[in-house]
Amino acid sequence: MTNITTPTIPETPLARLRWALADAWTITRRDLTHWVRQPAPFVIGLLFPVMTVLMFGYLFGGAISVPGGGASGGEGYREFLMPGMFAMTMAFGLEATLVAVTTDAARGVTDRFRSMPMASSAVVLGRSAADMLRSVAGLAVVVACGLLIGWQWRNGVGEALLAVGLLLLLRFALLWVGIYLGLIFEGTDAVVAAQILVWPVLFLSNVFVAPETMPGWLGTIAEWNPLSATAAATRELFGNPGWDGESWAARNALSMAVAWPLAILAVFFPLSVRRYRRLSR
Amino acid sequence: MGSTGFAVVAEGLRKRYGDVAALDGFDLRVAEGTVCGLLGPNGAGKTTAVRVLSTLLAPDGGHAEVDGFDVARQAERVRYSIGLAGQHAAVDEVLTGRQNLTMFGRLYHLGWPEARTRAEELLERFGLAEAADKQAKDYSGGMRRRLDLAASLILAPRVLFLDEPTTGLDPRGRNEVWEAVRSLVADGTTVLLTTQYLDEADQLADRICVIDTGRAIAEGTPEELKSRIGGDRIDVVVRAAEDLPSAATLVGRVAGARAETDPDARRVSVPVRDRVPALTGVVRALHEARIEAEDIALRRPTLDEVFLELTGHRTERAGGAGTEKRTEEDRTETEASA
Repeated sequence: MTNITTPTIPETPLARLRWALADAWTITRRDLTHWVRQPAPFVIGLLFPVMTVLMFGYLFGGAISVPGGGASGGEGYREFLMPGMFAMTMAFGLEATLVAVTTDAARGVTDRFRSMPMASSAVVLGRSAADMLRSVAGLAVVVACGLLIGWQWRNGVGEALLAVGLLLLLRFALLWVGIYLGLIFEGTDAVVAAQILVWPVLFLSNVFVAPETMPGWLGTIAEWNPLSATAAATRELFGNPGWDGESWAARNALSMAVAWPLAILAVFFPLSVRRYRRLSR
Repeated sequence: MGSTGFAVVAEGLRKRYGDVAALDGFDLRVAEGTVCGLLGPNGAGKTTAVRVLSTLLAPDGGHAEVDGFDVARQAERVRYSIGLAGQHAAVDEVLTGRQNLTMFGRLYHLGWPEARTRAEELLERFGLAEAADKQAKDYSGGMRRRLDLAASLILAPRVLFLDEPTTGLDPRGRNEVWEAVRSLVADGTTVLLTTQYLDEADQLADRICVIDTGRAIAEGTPEELKSRIGGDRIDVVVRAAEDLPSAATLVGRVAGARAETDPDARRVSVPVRDRVPALTGVVRALHEARIEAEDIALRRPTLDEVFLELTGHRTERAGGAGTEKRTEEDRTETEASA
């Protein structure tokens, strides 16, 4: 057996940062390896939004009219639907985060990490990177699906990229919701609950239909839903038909699509950090 | 290593969860290169003690050093000196055995080639070389625990914490883990092992510390502890229930101790010091008194009996404040009478 020498503990901030990044990359790599070793959940995760697109775009879409949409029937609805589906794909990412965090806690892997001399920020940093990569892949698949069924961005590339940025910002905010909930709930029951509860949140938004078609108070909730903000803002940026909402939230979709994720981050980032620290109490 | 010669030192550790004191002035000293068995029932504070010593949990009070470093102030340094294998096999089930060990090696800040070499060595050593490229979820319970153990040994730690390493394993898996632990001890690793099983502590530990309601209540070699509670026991099951009282008197006289009776099982139980002479004595006495026995057995005391002897209460905890209070009173009584 070779002699294992204890690595020297880094002293300078730069050396510590280098280790934290190396540790985070090891954690991210672990997730990438999961995708290769156990591709089914990853592929299902990628294809589920595509199924939803086809279901709403072709099964229900014909029956839904878009208030502000120029084109009539299915085609116009699909133009309206796609940005909503992008936002939905971001929301589905929450589940992946939740599964990863609760599984590690339940198996004792979180404790093993904490008993090791690795950078404690690396676990969440690595987790974030892996989940963001997953969501980028998910977004690419839905965008490709959208292009295949006739959706396109009608404004410039710059605005399209800004829209993608807003979508990823929402995903990043939800990541911290996932980390927090994953640290709070024990066991896989929480994951099942989240899988179910994501649907009412999804339907109570402008993702599928215009809030005007809902009863007044319900419409108001839907208009203020963070998902609605991102969906409406991306519709605007992609130049897709939206709906002419009269509320403040609807008229300021772009600002809301920035403000909401930042607000979520402002709440859940410190909560998650506190929760992680509380593991040692 | 500290100049004290102790790899683990805990002094007056306290940890409170609401109304329950998980650790209530816990003291422990484990000499370098020895195996200490932390023995106690569920809820006695074993896991809390290990979590404090392995830097996972900050104590409310008291002081602890591992490998000469303070667990609170020098946590990072402690983490380079320890390995921890908890009650779960804390491995990534999707990754293969090799991928698991390489990943953990990287997280211990070994370079890639070093991490790979170390993974190979540990897979070989724990008999996992053939299963190295199988996913951990396809491992048996014993294999998974061995992989877990291997992961906690990547840096060849000076001190290894094993929290109930065989809980939930079948006898075969348990033997596999025991073998692995023995081989470590041969290398000079200090091991602190928690267990609910007296025989496990007996098999592996140089010294045993008995813990109850967050405090160390007895400490010594397995032999010392066993003689303190009266060593082995003889159980006699009589055929006729009416023979029970006379059998109890008889068996008690031979063993020189008070015999306990269990009317439902028609059983008499007595602690004995000289195993075989006592057994032959009991057989002869019963025969002479013409008491017919269904079964006579010489056996090790159970953890429950150790506890009853040391604390005056049994290991089962119904929970609730009343039970806790009675437990306290029981201990005071035992201490007073000792």
